[in-house]
Amino acid sequence: MSGLKASGIHFAYGDRPILRDAGFDVLEPGQLTALIGPNASGKSTLFRVIAGLLKPTGGQVHLGAIDLATLSARERLKKVCFMPQFFAANAALTVFDVVMMARKNLQGWRVTSEDMDAVGHALHEAGIGHLSPAYISELSGGQSQMVSVAQALIRTSDVYLFDEPTSALDLHHQLSVLSQIKNAVQQRGAVGIVALHDLNLAARFADKLVLLRQGEILAQGTPADVLHLPALADTYGVDIEITPGPRKDLVVHAYAS
Amino acid sequence: MTVSPHDAEAVQGIVGDYRRRSAKRVLLVIAAALALFATVVIDIMTGPADLTFFRVVHVIFDPSVASPKEEVIIWDLRMPVALMAVVVGAMLGVAGAEMQTILNNPLADPFTLGLSSAASFGAAVAIVLGLSLIPGVGALFVTVNAFIFAMLAAMALFVFTRFRGVTPEAMILVGIAMLFTFNALLAFLQYGATELQLAQLIFWQLGSLSRATWAKVGICFVVLIIVLPYFVSRSWALTALRMGEDKAAALGVNVTLLRLTVLAGVSLLSAVAVSFVGAIAFVGLVGPHIARMIVGEDQRGFLPLSALAGALILSGTSIASKAITPGIVYPIGMITSLIGIPFFLSLILSQRKRYWQ
Repeated sequence: MSGLKASGIHFAYGDRPILRDAGFDVLEPGQLTALIGPNASGKSTLFRVIAGLLKPTGGQVHLGAIDLATLSARERLKKVCFMPQFFAANAALTVFDVVMMARKNLQGWRVTSEDMDAVGHALHEAGIGHLSPAYISELSGGQSQMVSVAQALIRTSDVYLFDEPTSALDLHHQLSVLSQIKNAVQQRGAVGIVALHDLNLAARFADKLVLLRQGEILAQGTPADVLHLPALADTYGVDIEITPGPRKDLVVHAYAS
Repeated sequence: MTVSPHDAEAVQGIVGDYRRRSAKRVLLVIAAALALFATVVIDIMTGPADLTFFRVVHVIFDPSVASPKEEVIIWDLRMPVALMAVVVGAMLGVAGAEMQTILNNPLADPFTLGLSSAASFGAAVAIVLGLSLIPGVGALFVTVNAFIFAMLAAMALFVFTRFRGVTPEAMILVGIAMLFTFNALLAFLQYGATELQLAQLIFWQLGSLSRATWAKVGICFVVLIIVLPYFVSRSWALTALRMGEDKAAALGVNVTLLRLTVLAGVSLLSAVAVSFVGAIAFVGLVGPHIARMIVGEDQRGFLPLSALAGALILSGTSIASKAITPGIVYPIGMITSLIGIPFFLSLILSQRKRYWQ
C-alpha cells in the first residue's frame, strides 16, 4: 500500500461549485494530515468524494497505483473508512451493537467470540466501556462522537477520514480522541486525514496541513509552513499570530480583525 | 500491544455483559413464540363447543384423536381464523417495523402511507359499483380490488419518490396526500351507496377474520416467506439506517436502493394483509413499538419480535372479539384499538427511556 493522492477534483451542487480543481500531493501511510479551512470551504465534500459517496465532475483520487473510481462502492469503502460529521442519532441501539455493526461490515448475523473481544477492546481503549449497554439515544453529544470514532477505528482500512471528530468534545477528550486516531494511523500504516477547526489541535497532532478555501487547496505542507502563511489570516478573516509554545510546539493566537 | 490483567478483566466484563443481553434477546423471542402458540390454542378453544386447552393441543399434535365434530370445529372452522390472525399480525408487524425504519418516523404504518385507505377504496369500488378490476375472480373480487388499489397506491408512492427524491419527508407527505385523496373518493362512493352496500362497506372497513380460509392463510404465508428473507438479509443495513443516512452511507449502505426495495416489500405485505382482513389499525404501528421497547432497534431482535408482537396482538384480539359477548364476534379492527391502546399507553408511561424526540 502506498499514499493517497487527489488531483484536479471538481464538484458542484447544481451550478454552485463546491470544489474547484482541488488536489493534494501524496499523503504518506502512517501520517496524519489535518484538513483545515473555514466553514463551507468544501472539507466535507472533499471527504465524500474521496470516500466515493459523491461523484466528482472531474479529477481523480489514487491510492498507490489504484484509481479509486475503478473500484465498486463496496470495495472502495473497505479501503476508505469515512466518519461523517457528527449528528446525534436517536435510536434504541446499544453502543456495543453499533460498534459491532461496523466490525461486521454489515455482513452476517453470526457474531463470533473474536468479534465480541475486538469490540470489547475497542470500547475499553476508547474509554467508553462503561457505555457499552447504553442506547445511543441516551448519550451526550460528546459520548456519541466518541462512539463514532470507535466505530471508524474498529474497521480495517487503508485510509481513514474523520470529519470534525472533536467538535463536541471537552478538552481532555479532544486530546485523547486525536491521540487514538494518530496512534491507529501510525500503527496500521494507514493514511489519516482529520478535518479540524481548531488550528492548535491541528498543529499539535498533524504531520501535515492542507488548507482549503472556497473549494480550492490554498496551501499544503508542514504545520509550521502552512501556519506561517500570510494567506491563513485572510482565509479565516481574522488576525493570526503564531508563537512558539512551551513544549517546542506552535501556538496559534487568533484575534477578530 | 500489551494487555494488563486489569484491562483484560474490563474487556471481559463488557463482553460478558453483551453475551447476557444477546442470550436474553433470544429467550425473549422464544418466550414470545411460546406465548403465541398459547394464544392460538386459546383462540381455537374460545367459542361454543366446550373445548379444553389440552384437548386442543392434543388434536393439533395428533389430528387422528379428534372426533368428527372436533375435526370440523378445530381444523375447518377455527384454525384458519386463528392462523390468519397470526400471519396477518406478523405481516403488519413486520411492515410497520420496516416502514418506521426506512421513513425514520415512529408514526409510519400502512395507514400513514395511504395504503389502507387505498385498499378501502378498492373494496368500495367492488361493493358499491359492483366493479371487478380483474374479471373472473368470482367472490374474491372485493379482496382483489382492495389489493390492486393498495398496490397502485404503493406504486404511485414509488413514482413520486423517484421524482422528488427518496427522502422520508417526501414519502410521508405523498403518503398522507394519498390517504386524504382515497378517503375523499371513498366518501364520494359512500354518499351514493345504498344502505345495504354501506353496511357491507363498513363491515369490511372494520376488519374481520371471519372470512379466513386455508387458501387465504396459505397466500399470506407465502407472501411473508417471500419478503421476510429479503428483510433479514438487509438487517444490518436497516439497523445502520437508524443511525442516520450519513452514517449508513459511510458504512456502505446504498440508502436510496434500500428504501425503495424495502418499500416494495412493505407495500406487498400490507396490501395483501389489508385486502384479506380489512383495514386493521394499530397493529402495524404498535407491534414494532412494543418490540422496540423490549429489545431496541437492532434488527436481529427488532424484526422477529415485531412480527411476533403483531401476531400476538391480532391473535389476542381474535380471542377478545369472541369472548366479550358469547355468541357475538365483534369486528377486530374495533377491538385492536379499544384493548390495545390502554395497554400501549401503559407501556409508554412505564418506560424511562425516550427513543424518539
